[in-house]
Amino acid sequence: MKRFLGFVKKEFLHIFRDYRTMIILFGIPAAQILLFGFVVRTDLENARIAFLDLSRDEVTLKLSDKICSSGFFSRGEYLTSYKDVDQVLRGSKIKAVVIFEEDFSTKLTGEGKAAISIITDGSEPNMATLTTNYITAIINDFNRDLAGTAANGVLLVQPEVSMFYNPSLKSQFMFVPGVITLIMILICALMTSITITREKEFGTMEVLLVSPLKPIQIILGKVLPYFILSFIDVILILLLSWLVFGLPVKGSLALLLAESMLYILMSLSLGILISTVARTMQQAIFISLVGMMLPTILLSGFIFPIENMPKVYGWISSILPPRYFIVIIKNIMIKGTGFLYVWKETLILVMFTFAFIGLAIRNFKIRLQ
Amino acid sequence: MPADCLISARHVSKSFGAINALNDLSFNVREGEIFGFIGPDGAGKTTLFRIITTLLLPDEGEMTIMGLDIRNGFRELRKNIGYMPGRFSLYLDLSVGENLNFYATVFGTTVRENYELIRDIYSHIEPFEKRLAGKLSGGMKQKLALSCALIHKPALLVLDEPTTGVDAASRSEFWEMLKKLRPYNITIIVSTPYMDEAMKCDRVALIQEGKILSIDEPEKIRDGFSRKLFSIRASDKYKLIVALRAFPGTVTAYPFGDSVHVTFKGDGLENSVYEYLSQTGLKDVIIQETRAGIEDRFLELME
Repeated sequence: MKRFLGFVKKEFLHIFRDYRTMIILFGIPAAQILLFGFVVRTDLENARIAFLDLSRDEVTLKLSDKICSSGFFSRGEYLTSYKDVDQVLRGSKIKAVVIFEEDFSTKLTGEGKAAISIITDGSEPNMATLTTNYITAIINDFNRDLAGTAANGVLLVQPEVSMFYNPSLKSQFMFVPGVITLIMILICALMTSITITREKEFGTMEVLLVSPLKPIQIILGKVLPYFILSFIDVILILLLSWLVFGLPVKGSLALLLAESMLYILMSLSLGILISTVARTMQQAIFISLVGMMLPTILLSGFIFPIENMPKVYGWISSILPPRYFIVIIKNIMIKGTGFLYVWKETLILVMFTFAFIGLAIRNFKIRLQ
Repeated sequence: MPADCLISARHVSKSFGAINALNDLSFNVREGEIFGFIGPDGAGKTTLFRIITTLLLPDEGEMTIMGLDIRNGFRELRKNIGYMPGRFSLYLDLSVGENLNFYATVFGTTVRENYELIRDIYSHIEPFEKRLAGKLSGGMKQKLALSCALIHKPALLVLDEPTTGVDAASRSEFWEMLKKLRPYNITIIVSTPYMDEAMKCDRVALIQEGKILSIDEPEKIRDGFSRKLFSIRASDKYKLIVALRAFPGTVTAYPFGDSVHVTFKGDGLENSVYEYLSQTGLKDVIIQETRAGIEDRFLELME
């Protein structure tokens, strides 16, 4: 045990002494989150909105004025029929179309409610979400103003995302789950595979092998520091996304953290497996980046929905562990569902973990080649 | 097999693909001796040392160390071997003290416990305990690597080219340090491409292209030289060696320091060589009979 702890201590020294490792561990996740956040935040200024006003009465005019004077939106064209909606959105200048139903104010005073539709362009998911949220907020505000007047009634809003490109967008496009998924596989698989191959390259592995350390002690000693640091990373990302963007975890935080640990463990065992195959750091980096990072970005459903992919890519993606973790983390963070909805994916990750660990131990050479 | 035999190798062979790295090696290393493997780069020294340290398995042949078979007994063996690979296996981003402490912990001991053993060596670098190993000079790295290999008081110390890439002063200092380890009865096997270092060993094996040419005490290896050897000097060494090689009576002529070591046909001094050399315009020619060194014997064995 003392041997093992000595080994772990040495690993921590390596990590803390190398500023590049520290940047990869903590700088990149923070930068990614802030970068995404920055991009998301700046766009909603004078977004052009088109109106399809089917009643053209006092209330609809007031409401459209209120929307356009908010500073977030500017007035685009006035449409005359439903047919134009598609065309206007495709034209890309218009970010959303607001539709007021016929006899709007009559219905509002008579029946006490009237309906508004917001149609947004699903090919820009972030934009669509933001626009809908902002317009809804303005309408809610308008509702409150109405409450004291003669025309008191409720305006019903029906946001509707119209999809020209991305028809199967099921939930909001959220980058935080994607970033966590990506960062964890990057740090865990890449860093562990590098740290083990580094010992091979520098010749220190020769002495470690001659020492009484058992392979399992060497492997665990390498894994433990990165496990701890990666877990801190997850917490860091969650905190940042909560503090900076107010993105809460809808489901159980404990479940999310537990699933993250499983995913980290899986990625670490993958990293060890890579290191048993790679002889040099270059090879390890190549396998980790080309073999894991790119497929994770492109095929795991992080950016492009799996349902839209050609079947072959779908099959490939099903052997990529990140794909399952993205489902898990999106479910917990965004939909707020519990373990019952993600147990299948969890089980798959557990199986991946065991497979990787088994292969890594089998492949670990107790001798040189 | 002698009773005090620590390593016993019988017909050990190892090849990598088509390359025969080791070819039917047999030798014994006695307990407590300094045993040198002397040979040029690519002779197979590192491969042999990796087999001794259980890092590689031989394709054929048997080897036992401390009575343990290297194939089955490797776990037990690894506890008792101190190994210093050709590239000093130090963590360059850790300090001197951290390196030493790490190896001590990994081998289940502490620096304090065996400090006596490394005192002579480590005291040279102790003032730089906080310095990163990557910032040490070659000689200091070598001392640190040796301290790390010794810290668990191994029965067998395996040093793969410990003096390569180290300046001359540090080299002789290093051999002095090895001599000082004698009271601890640690068997030391060491490889080196430097022939002059062979004299510092108790016994040496000359190794070339995976074969052992000769095993004996260094003095006896020198005595094994079969002919009379002459050391010839002149003002222009290069011209001298060219001239000697062109001389019909010469058998061999090899440069050796600032002189040329020559053997002649008929195993004696050809008197005509004086005349021949003066004809070629060489000045200050001095010819002396000399005793063969390890290198001379090595070259003779290679012929």
